[in-house]
Amino acid sequence: MYLALAPETLARWQFGITTVYHFLFVPLTISLAALTAGLQTAWVRTEKEKYLRATKFWGKLFLINIAMGVVTGIVQEFQFGMNWSDYSRFVGDIFGAPLAFEALIAFFFESTFIGLWIFGWDKLPKKIHLACIWMVSIGTILSAYFILAANSWMQHPVGYKIDKAKGRAELTDFLAVLTQNTTVAQVFHTLSASFLTGGAFMIGIAAFHLFRKKHISVMKTSLRLGLVTVVIAGLLTAISGDTLGKVMFKQQPMKMAAAEALWDGQDSAPFSIFAYGDVSKGHNTVELSVPGLLSFLADGNFNSHVPGINDTNKAEQQKYGAGDYRPIIPVTFWAFRWMIGFGMASFGVGLAGLWLTRKKFMLPQHLRVGEDEVPNLVLFKNKALSPKLGRLYWLAAIWTLGFPLIANSWGWIFTEMGRQPWVVYGVLKTSAAVSPGVSQTEILISMITFTVLYAVLAVVEVKLLVKYVKAGPPELTEDDLNPPTKIGGETRDADKPMAFSY
Amino acid sequence: MELHDVWFVLIAVLWTGYFFLEGFDFGVGILTKLLARDRLEKRVLINTVGPVWDGNEVWLLTAGGATFAAFPEWYATLFSGFYLPLLVILVCLIVRGVAFEYRAKRPEENWQRNWETAIFWTSLVPAFLWGVAFGNIVHGVKIDRNFEYVGTFWNLLNPYALLGGLVTLTLFTFHGTVFTALKTVGDIRVRARKLATKIGVLTAVLAVVFLLWTQIDSGDGKSLVALVVAAAALLAALGANLRGREGWAFALSGVTIVAAVAMLFLSLFPNVMPSSLNGDWSLTVTNASSSPYTLKIMTWLAAIATPLVLLYQGWTYWVFRKRIGTQHIAAEAAH
Repeated sequence: MYLALAPETLARWQFGITTVYHFLFVPLTISLAALTAGLQTAWVRTEKEKYLRATKFWGKLFLINIAMGVVTGIVQEFQFGMNWSDYSRFVGDIFGAPLAFEALIAFFFESTFIGLWIFGWDKLPKKIHLACIWMVSIGTILSAYFILAANSWMQHPVGYKIDKAKGRAELTDFLAVLTQNTTVAQVFHTLSASFLTGGAFMIGIAAFHLFRKKHISVMKTSLRLGLVTVVIAGLLTAISGDTLGKVMFKQQPMKMAAAEALWDGQDSAPFSIFAYGDVSKGHNTVELSVPGLLSFLADGNFNSHVPGINDTNKAEQQKYGAGDYRPIIPVTFWAFRWMIGFGMASFGVGLAGLWLTRKKFMLPQHLRVGEDEVPNLVLFKNKALSPKLGRLYWLAAIWTLGFPLIANSWGWIFTEMGRQPWVVYGVLKTSAAVSPGVSQTEILISMITFTVLYAVLAVVEVKLLVKYVKAGPPELTEDDLNPPTKIGGETRDADKPMAFSY
Repeated sequence: MELHDVWFVLIAVLWTGYFFLEGFDFGVGILTKLLARDRLEKRVLINTVGPVWDGNEVWLLTAGGATFAAFPEWYATLFSGFYLPLLVILVCLIVRGVAFEYRAKRPEENWQRNWETAIFWTSLVPAFLWGVAFGNIVHGVKIDRNFEYVGTFWNLLNPYALLGGLVTLTLFTFHGTVFTALKTVGDIRVRARKLATKIGVLTAVLAVVFLLWTQIDSGDGKSLVALVVAAAALLAALGANLRGREGWAFALSGVTIVAAVAMLFLSLFPNVMPSSLNGDWSLTVTNASSSPYTLKIMTWLAAIATPLVLLYQGWTYWVFRKRIGTQHIAAEAAH
């Protein structure tokens, strides 16, 4: 059998395709739920119409997105059993619990309250309706927490013992799984990256409208919210990424070496910003690197020793027996850079935007604008950016919408492929995890089915998003401004059409 | 009763919840072709389950997750063994969810018609396939000494399992029809009641044959009780429907589902997936279950979270308790 079509390879491709695809929607769902909830809170508190219009606009995009997140999540719940049955048998005692927690606590929360929120505009009093979207938001965050606890256990298994007779791993300390430092760091990093994603999404779409001088009042508020979110979340992503890197260096030294393609260990190891050449051969022809930075990223000290790929491979061979313990180095090397590069690019655009569009601080009177005007982009004290440069910024702001999505994907590809050949680090190899009873043909069929289906749905989804982005925030109706005062809606007019219907 | 027995019951409860709830929204999806006269009526039907279908579906995800955690061997054998049917179900559930959410998001008739067609098929196919799957689970499939399914795809399409598929298909459609009669107002409500009688009779015939077959095959005293309850509830549901007692009809069709699922699980116990090759190779509550520690944690979770879920999901049904008719659907799709 060709290696390219071996069940293990196919199962990995399928997992990669379905999971990266699923994770395009996840961070947007997490962040847009909270941001929409924030906007709706502003509406309930201030009764300013622009907040309600913003809530409806972003809420709509959120719903288009979460629909995809929910349906692609169904596959995740079952494909461990389908393609990875030996994995499921081996780790189910541990790995299954957080999944069950996620379903029973988080999924029910999300799915029940999202229905109430979508259909509840004319059925629930204002504050209860608002509470529903917050419940959705809490649900999304809990969901992230439980699934990341499960993933962290694969990166760094804790709180378990191996039952030799049964041939499986068994849970001994659930609290350790939920609270170990890998879990905490991963949750922190993933959630902040999610908000970076949602913030950039808002910046991109708000910039699109402001660039065309449309829907200014709502979009200015949105831009500001997006910018602040991106800057705060960007900082937190960097901090948590640094923490996670240091945790990873201790727990999975191979992954750290592979992130840099550092073949041989050295003191004061450099970090290359850019490299050209064949990293798989262990050297680069062109390289731009910062001395000592890798040591700092790994250990918090510019002089520390970082073991290389070859050293670590030898160490693991001694520990786990003969074999090749190296991941695919070019993938880890570039994935690591694309993750950081695209993530930080978005942060940069956000930081620049926050400064350029400032309202008053160090801004002369004549450059300040009113409520319904597009802000001037002011770099230095007295002059707005030239139209050319201004245009460039708005375009960058629009494009930044996609950057975190790319960064997230490469982040997961890095951390999952960097763990190979292990599926559970140091405990179970990926090659021993696939379903022995599932044929090559079956995996091929399902892989092709999902890929084609997902591709079609991507086209449908993006077109729909574009349509609603272009349409802009809706005009408010009398009913929007007069929500019901009792649960179940008003009863005066029994034949009144529903405020929302499918 | 040991913890793995408790979890056998809880898994049964989760599947029961799933079939009770998603059962009627599958049924409603099927009615979009069977009952609706025009596209406006289709929208009425779709909107009776609009706010709740997603929450209903989580019962399946929870059943999946809980099986993984409580009976890893069962989870692994079932989903790797029933690979292709499960793939079809997953594809249906994906398309179905998107269809509900996206259908009204564009005004073009073609767009809406396509999603309506999708809702029909993606409701009908899983409603059938779940019955096939459970038929096979109860009947036993070719499982080897390593708990691997060694049968083929075609082995899953045996007469008993196919009959099981027809039973869930008709039973869910019946459940959906009495639900429609309960949740709508106007002409469609009257027609739903008439249709319910026809589908109910068909369901009764198929279900009685299937359940008797199960009883003879692998039943005991307890499963016989469940069988009698299921049959009696179905007949009572038919009677209530004929007398226009819509609430009762729906409650009783619900009892039918509960009793039928209970019967399947009762005839299964203490196996969770019997092997048709060798009785010693069957997956049972003991050899397929997780460690007592994991089961203990899971029990705490279930004890605390399940009542809460029932509470707020129940509240949702109360919020959306009003009947809807064609007059409640805004002419211009509010989107």
